[in-house]
Amino acid sequence: MSALAARIPSREQVGSYLTWRRLPTLLAIGLVAFAFVYVLFLAKIPADNGATNWRTTTFGSAVHDPSSFLKIVLDSLTFAAALFIVASGFALIFGLMRTVNMAHGAFYLLAGYIAYEVQQKMNGSPGISLDTSQVSTWEWLVPLLIAAPIIMAIGLIVQQGLLRWNQGQELRQALITIAVSVIVADQIIAHFPRTVSTGAQKYGGNAVDLTWPGWTDRFVNLHVGGVQYSLARLGILAIGCMVGLGLWLWLYRTKTGMKIRAGVDDEKMTSALGINIQRTFAIAFVVGCGLAALGAVVWASQSNISSGQDGAWLLNSLVVVIVGGMGSIFGAAAGALLYAFVANFAAAYLPSTGPDCCTQYSTIVTFVLIALVLSFRPQGLFGRPG
Amino acid sequence: MSPATWTHQQRVERTIAAITLVVLIIWPAAGFSSYWTHQILIETFLFGIAAASLIFLYAYGGMVSLAQTALFGIAGVILGNLATASGAGGTSKGLHLGWDPTLSLVLAIVGTTVIGLIGGAVASRNTGIYFLMITLTYSVIAVYTLGQVTKISGFSGIGGINNYTPGWIGNILAHPNRLYYIALGTAVVAYVLIRYIVRTPFGVSLQGVRDEPIRMGSLGYAVPLHRTLAFGFAAFLAALAGVLYVWWSGQIAPGNVDLPETISLLIMAVIGGLSRIEGAWIGAFAFILMDNYISTSTHIPLIGFGGTLFGGSFNTVIGIIFLVIIVISPNGLMGLWGRLFETRRQTTGGESPDAPAAPPAGPPKVSPDRPTT
Repeated sequence: MSALAARIPSREQVGSYLTWRRLPTLLAIGLVAFAFVYVLFLAKIPADNGATNWRTTTFGSAVHDPSSFLKIVLDSLTFAAALFIVASGFALIFGLMRTVNMAHGAFYLLAGYIAYEVQQKMNGSPGISLDTSQVSTWEWLVPLLIAAPIIMAIGLIVQQGLLRWNQGQELRQALITIAVSVIVADQIIAHFPRTVSTGAQKYGGNAVDLTWPGWTDRFVNLHVGGVQYSLARLGILAIGCMVGLGLWLWLYRTKTGMKIRAGVDDEKMTSALGINIQRTFAIAFVVGCGLAALGAVVWASQSNISSGQDGAWLLNSLVVVIVGGMGSIFGAAAGALLYAFVANFAAAYLPSTGPDCCTQYSTIVTFVLIALVLSFRPQGLFGRPG
Repeated sequence: MSPATWTHQQRVERTIAAITLVVLIIWPAAGFSSYWTHQILIETFLFGIAAASLIFLYAYGGMVSLAQTALFGIAGVILGNLATASGAGGTSKGLHLGWDPTLSLVLAIVGTTVIGLIGGAVASRNTGIYFLMITLTYSVIAVYTLGQVTKISGFSGIGGINNYTPGWIGNILAHPNRLYYIALGTAVVAYVLIRYIVRTPFGVSLQGVRDEPIRMGSLGYAVPLHRTLAFGFAAFLAALAGVLYVWWSGQIAPGNVDLPETISLLIMAVIGGLSRIEGAWIGAFAFILMDNYISTSTHIPLIGFGGTLFGGSFNTVIGIIFLVIIVISPNGLMGLWGRLFETRRQTTGGESPDAPAAPPAGPPKVSPDRPTT
């Protein structure tokens, strides 16, 4: 009995064991709490004499500089909306078919360039970018309405021609879409942008601008902290919310949505019930590609479109889906918000104590976000295990 | 393991391997084209090592890693920062620490392995397609970080690294044959090391983890730890390739490791075949041949179009070839090679009496079609 009693750990031993096991959790909580405290209270703009320390940032903390803080919050929200539009398409395809559409970024890029060409043709005053005052609402909507169906058609061809008969072979499908993305990205470099007249800018996937319609080019007074905010960016937020609402209504309030959700849960049972699962797959794939096109037109109007963004937007979609949970729409929304806030706040609030430190390390913070989420929830925030 | 117990396929393969090795060893001495010796073959050896690390992770760990190119680049950047002295690369950036090249070499390999272990630990509770997505984000994050942090690299990268080789190697610029033999030797060592590792208890339980992670977990094996260690070992191999690369090309920049390069490495591995380590070098060789000859050729007999398709560059051609290979033979060239013997066995009906007794020495036949649930 004494030998057995000696093996039963004492209270102190149990206590220390638990502390040791909880160390990573405590560290993670501490890190997140520190980031919050830093952004809310600690950060300071450089002193008048130019002296810098670890608390020096480009913008002051939320308490000291509420208007900059609010602007960054709004920037994050609008970026999250654009992320959500693109990534929800990726998540829809992945959630239903377990197909990782590696060509999502390439489709995004192609949609942006097609919309740019259409806008230029309609406007009739070719150039790398147009003046917003020249662009009417139709000259923004029609490019979208031409680019999206083209991308959807390409998506349908890829899905029916290459992916359909490899259903269930995840790696093979991923490799096929990688091959598609290589071909599409290379063809974009060879053929876009076309309308630019100057030699050096023609072709080669050079950067060009889509342009918002003229009436969005103004600032709205939000009456909070004296913030004036771009109407176009608020428009992105509105479009993102509409896409989210539309997807929710479609998936949870219509018959097609019901079939899609049934397909996500149990593909074989769904098709055994007499539902044409192949058609459901095709619809979901086409809608997913259409969302990539919509996101491209929206974000290219805000920013620009240039070759290389295919990789960036594939990364964005992947991060959103990995963080939010593999293949759920709510996960995509949560992932988009988290990723946008972390990316924007890291860029704005990492200490800026000189040219070598530290704002350029902001991409590493994205890695920290992924690492934190995956260490505690390997399936992502809203993902289901397995 | 005597030749008498080998299967017909093993006999053929080992004979070919031995002949190839002998040819490769005497190749530079025979004085063939220097372009082949110092460009195509060295590149094949070093990219083969990187592709082998990818195939190792897939064939024995069930993990598709797209981070190998990033790790490859990280090793090169560490070496470039530590080994070069100031003013070395003209416009190039970097810390220019000018440390002892041997020490820098060791630190580059160890540092990359540690980064690989950390990345592996984060991703270790996922496999298959999830692992592919997570490692792809690693790769893109690494490229952006290298590009933005101008202190260690910047988009222009570090140059002139091949001036700073360890003393026991000597000047590889004046004696490129030395680099040839180092690359060949490292490739052989990497291959032997992988074949050895997969037969150790660790390697065998890693294969158990690949096939039945839940069962292995309930038997008491630390499943995430196995994946982490495997990823760390693959990072070590990628680091070897990265070091050879910066010695060979002299420079490393984010552009050498970004998404198209990541995909190129994956294409090499897939062309060779994801199921066998040997496929790495065969795939790398095929890819580099196409890269060198299709992109420079003005007319290709069957394709025409002056080396390009629909106005695109080499990437369109390689993309289509890649697509065709995935569709026709998911196991790549090694899969086609294996099929050659399968049909032979069926038609001749066991013509070699010793075949049934042969131990299943080769790596397991893992098809990319294997459903990962």
